[in-house]
Amino acid sequence: MDKSITLPPDEIFRNLENAKRFAIDIGGSLTKLAYYSTVQHKVAKVRSFDHTAKEAASDKLYEISVQEEVTARLHFIKFENAYIETCLDFIKDHLVNTETKVIKATGGGAHKFKELIEKKLGLKVDKEDEMTCLIKGCNFVLRNIPHEAFVYAKHADSEFRFQTTHPDIFPYLLVNIGSGVSIVKVESEDKFERIGGSSIGGGTFWGLGALLTKTKRFDELLQLASKGQHTSVDMLVKDIYGGSYGSLGLTGDLIASSFGKSATAEKEFSKEDMAKSLLHMISNDIGQLACLYAKLHNLSRVYFGGFFIRGHPVTMHTITYSINFFTKGEVQALFLRHEGYLGAIGAFLKGAEEDNPNQYSWGENYAGSSGLMSVSPDMNPMQRARSGTFDMLEMDRLERQLVNLPLLQDPSSYIPDTVDLTEDALAREYWLYCFEEALDGVVKRAVASQPDMPEAAERAEKFRQKYRHKLQTLRHQPFAYGSLTVRSLLDTREHCLNEFNFPDPYSKIKQRENDVALRYYQKAVKSLEKLSWEERQFALVRGVLAVELKHFYLVSIHNCLFCLFFPSERPWLVDCYDQWFERIKGPPHKCALFFVDNSGVDIILGVMPFVRELLSRGTEVVLASNSGPALNDVTNGELQILTEKIAAMDSVIQAGLKEDRLTLVQSGSSSPCLDLSRLDKVLATVVRERKTDLVIIEGMGRAIHTNYYAMLSCESLKMAVIKNSWLADRLGGKLFSVVFKYEVPAGRPSLDSTALTPS
Amino acid sequence: MAFNGHQRDDDIIDEDETPTKQPRSSKEMPGLCRNEPNNEAAAPAGRATTDRRTSNSTARHRKDSLKKSRPPFPWFGMDIGGTLVKLVYFEPKDITAEEEQEEVENLKSIRRYLTSNTAYGKTGIRDVHLELQDLTLCGRTGNLHFIRFPTHDLPAFLQMGRNKHFSSLHTTLCATGGGAYKFESDFRTMADLELHKLDELDCLIRGVLYIDSVVSSGPSECYYFENPTDPDRCVQRPYTLENPYPLLLVNIGSGVSILAVYSENNYKRVTGTSLGGGTFLGLCCLLTGCSTFEEALEMASQGESTRVDKLVRDIYGGDYERFGLPGWAVASSFGNMMSKEKRESVSKEDLARATLVTITNNIGSITRMCALNENIERVVFVGNFLRVNTLSMKLLAYAMDYWSKGQLKALFLQHEGYFGAVGALLELLHPS
Repeated sequence: MDKSITLPPDEIFRNLENAKRFAIDIGGSLTKLAYYSTVQHKVAKVRSFDHTAKEAASDKLYEISVQEEVTARLHFIKFENAYIETCLDFIKDHLVNTETKVIKATGGGAHKFKELIEKKLGLKVDKEDEMTCLIKGCNFVLRNIPHEAFVYAKHADSEFRFQTTHPDIFPYLLVNIGSGVSIVKVESEDKFERIGGSSIGGGTFWGLGALLTKTKRFDELLQLASKGQHTSVDMLVKDIYGGSYGSLGLTGDLIASSFGKSATAEKEFSKEDMAKSLLHMISNDIGQLACLYAKLHNLSRVYFGGFFIRGHPVTMHTITYSINFFTKGEVQALFLRHEGYLGAIGAFLKGAEEDNPNQYSWGENYAGSSGLMSVSPDMNPMQRARSGTFDMLEMDRLERQLVNLPLLQDPSSYIPDTVDLTEDALAREYWLYCFEEALDGVVKRAVASQPDMPEAAERAEKFRQKYRHKLQTLRHQPFAYGSLTVRSLLDTREHCLNEFNFPDPYSKIKQRENDVALRYYQKAVKSLEKLSWEERQFALVRGVLAVELKHFYLVSIHNCLFCLFFPSERPWLVDCYDQWFERIKGPPHKCALFFVDNSGVDIILGVMPFVRELLSRGTEVVLASNSGPALNDVTNGELQILTEKIAAMDSVIQAGLKEDRLTLVQSGSSSPCLDLSRLDKVLATVVRERKTDLVIIEGMGRAIHTNYYAMLSCESLKMAVIKNSWLADRLGGKLFSVVFKYEVPAGRPSLDSTALTPS
Repeated sequence: MAFNGHQRDDDIIDEDETPTKQPRSSKEMPGLCRNEPNNEAAAPAGRATTDRRTSNSTARHRKDSLKKSRPPFPWFGMDIGGTLVKLVYFEPKDITAEEEQEEVENLKSIRRYLTSNTAYGKTGIRDVHLELQDLTLCGRTGNLHFIRFPTHDLPAFLQMGRNKHFSSLHTTLCATGGGAYKFESDFRTMADLELHKLDELDCLIRGVLYIDSVVSSGPSECYYFENPTDPDRCVQRPYTLENPYPLLLVNIGSGVSILAVYSENNYKRVTGTSLGGGTFLGLCCLLTGCSTFEEALEMASQGESTRVDKLVRDIYGGDYERFGLPGWAVASSFGNMMSKEKRESVSKEDLARATLVTITNNIGSITRMCALNENIERVVFVGNFLRVNTLSMKLLAYAMDYWSKGQLKALFLQHEGYFGAVGALLELLHPS
């Protein structure tokens, strides 16, 4: 094996300059290295001009600056043990000025390479218990990575069915299939117990397989197995019964006796057939034991890991089959996207306890992570050739701790995304095409956003390559980063833009649009005031929708502002306006949580008048906007300034702010979409404290691509215009169809009856 | 297989040939048939010939009904498994002169053939040491014989049945096991025999309960190993299976079935595994080139599995204390065979031993989990995998005791693999 590879520094072992807290997990064939680094990247900030200074000779509304920000990032790299020396040398050469003195180590191979590591890196190797690391790592990924766990279905449209992250990950069973099998029951962060195991595991498959077939490598054995027919080696029920054993419900094809037909000296058996029979025997046996333990301990979540499983569709299939058979479908076998990293993650966490990594929320950085099956040769030969045998995972520490929206009806069944592109091949093709088509425009906008930086074009080109490559990967492996959705495509694009220091390509455009829209705010409010109460309620709704639409076409804001031209006559595609109208005739809501969308006319002329009306009715309003930039969405920083400006013109808004009846909070997200299960903890607290009883979600990204089917425990309003003909068609409408979805949770007394009940 | 074993003229078994394996006497089965002196002869076609006086009318009544329900000779029970055919044959020893005269030649010839030989053809064996003497079944006294041959030799058996005009006896052949279904048409076409097919698990349980109840002298039918965790002090001890319920019954044939038995008629199949006797032999044949169970066992007895398996101490240098795993425990069966050097240094005997240990321990481990899930403390292991396989029995006894901290007891039965066949015979005599 070629051990002298050249490592491309900007792709593998990134940010070594600031690396600290190393951990290493050395298994039988793969090494997993983990470290913590800080990443400097550019963030766009907005700031009000200092009014006293009167430098507002500029016609700019506020100041935009790009600042350097330091965030924490976890790096995990997986490579073959053969490269370990090369990698250690590389790390030594690039590691500058680290305060690190020890490296946490786990895995069976840790002692073997102990001296080499200590010599090369000058770090002291500190061994950690393998199982403890495994469980720590498992808890971490289950908690922090959405779509970490999946069900494998070989013959389904999508082989991978990702599970929504449960708010409560415990208790669960982890079946680790290494050379032997360990079955571990995990009850809490610190409480786990090895409740059983089996000596028949991956080592049995490998060792016995090598004896039977004279094939040395584990991968090759699996390949042999995938080509074989076990029925020539195994004795089936039908070989004994001639058919099925009906009274017991055992079908003829079931294996009655593994290797039962090879009990003869006379016949020869093919390597493929024997390998297949062995694979079935071992998978069935492990599955059966896992089921018996799950039953005894009354556990329904069973995760499988270990080298026997890792990235091998063949074994995931046989294990899934076995679990399904033995539990009659009651328990599903679950697998993990980052299963191979668990030990390294856990060892790292052991060493980083003083940094309290479990106190923060983390997010997978799509730009720097390889995705599932990236190094599986038969899955994607192209990618293997490109990035060698290195597989990476990067996790960014999020500034804010993320939690569920307390108003979700059932957090455990909440799925943010409306269409799962992993399962919907047609939709997948369409959206991948869309994003590829839009790439040129995004690149141009990125370059244009940094006119004073000459190397912007070069960076933008790198961004283009990176994102195009991601799209290509997703075309072949839609499951690479969990469920593929419009949201994940958008988020990946944002991650890639950030990666190449385009923190906010829309900042100038947003500023200009905000500026223009502000000038019309008073006029808009005045014209609304002239309307009757009934007329105004409709105009407000229409306003949110119309400007949302207008924005899409916005070439010149002046042309369309006051025509309030509305494309779609009622009834709309989804039209609950009458119910909403009836509702607002009744008592006001206590508090409304409003997830806002775009900058400019949308927020200023659509949302703000609506907010104003709510405040006037006596309803408190919590405006939730993005923490970081995404497309032209208004960020919390921008909204602070805009609201101040509006307050200066509008006494209602002014009073609202002053009396703390209008609050601005950040969502914790930097996505054009909205995941209600990962929101800023402060937002959740405010929502709870204010007894929020109305949630308003506006725009395609937040109300259509995501949350269209979200069930809330209070009243909700989802408003959007469908600005994509394909999607409109999918939903049974036309381009520019309007969705106005007002929902009252089932089981709530209807509003009429509340109104009739004397208080 | 041709049934051309060495024949003798006499129907008395040569006991010198199997000095250590004494035929065993038996007692009457309570609640089944009453032993009656001067039993009437059974007509060849099964019709009772004479009526007899009895001192008491209830006895007569019973006898009459016995006669009516009693099937004609010969009495067989058969269990056709995936690997072996098990046959039990009841040889009446109370045949009167009158009966003897009336007995048709075919029946006599079958009786003589079976009882005067201990081996039939190349592969048929009569397990003389298991024979139950002076057994009373349905009012007749006689000996119960236990015969086995490989399932792949069933055609030869059918040929013999044809040659001996078995079908002319108009007997019902009660058969269980999968082969009763698979070979039903072969029985019809090759030997002109109609099978009465029976469920194998029903037969198994009936057979176990019956044999345990009739064996009264000689070595106890049921036994266990005392001090299973101490090889020097580990000894076989008789066990009385009074109050047998609830009971976990583990039948290890080619594959394994695990039953929870709550009463004779109330049981369920808890689970099963395909890693059974067939797997042991199948893998041994592939790994060592052997071809019989006896050969495989002989090799296993001379081998050392620790050269093949990876033990906990091979990984951790000793016990894995964090999880209470002793260093001697197997961490990965065949785990050492991942290494090329070690593959080249092991013997066939080592491989056979490792295969035996792997399969046995796995059965033990699944059994233990079932016992816990079903909340049953007594486990009876049966099936032909255990035949002459003390190694596995001691391993099972050890595993049950060690991993359950003495909670579970592993029990074994002398007639290991024959219970299905016995159950089939009982079904012939007393349809349930």
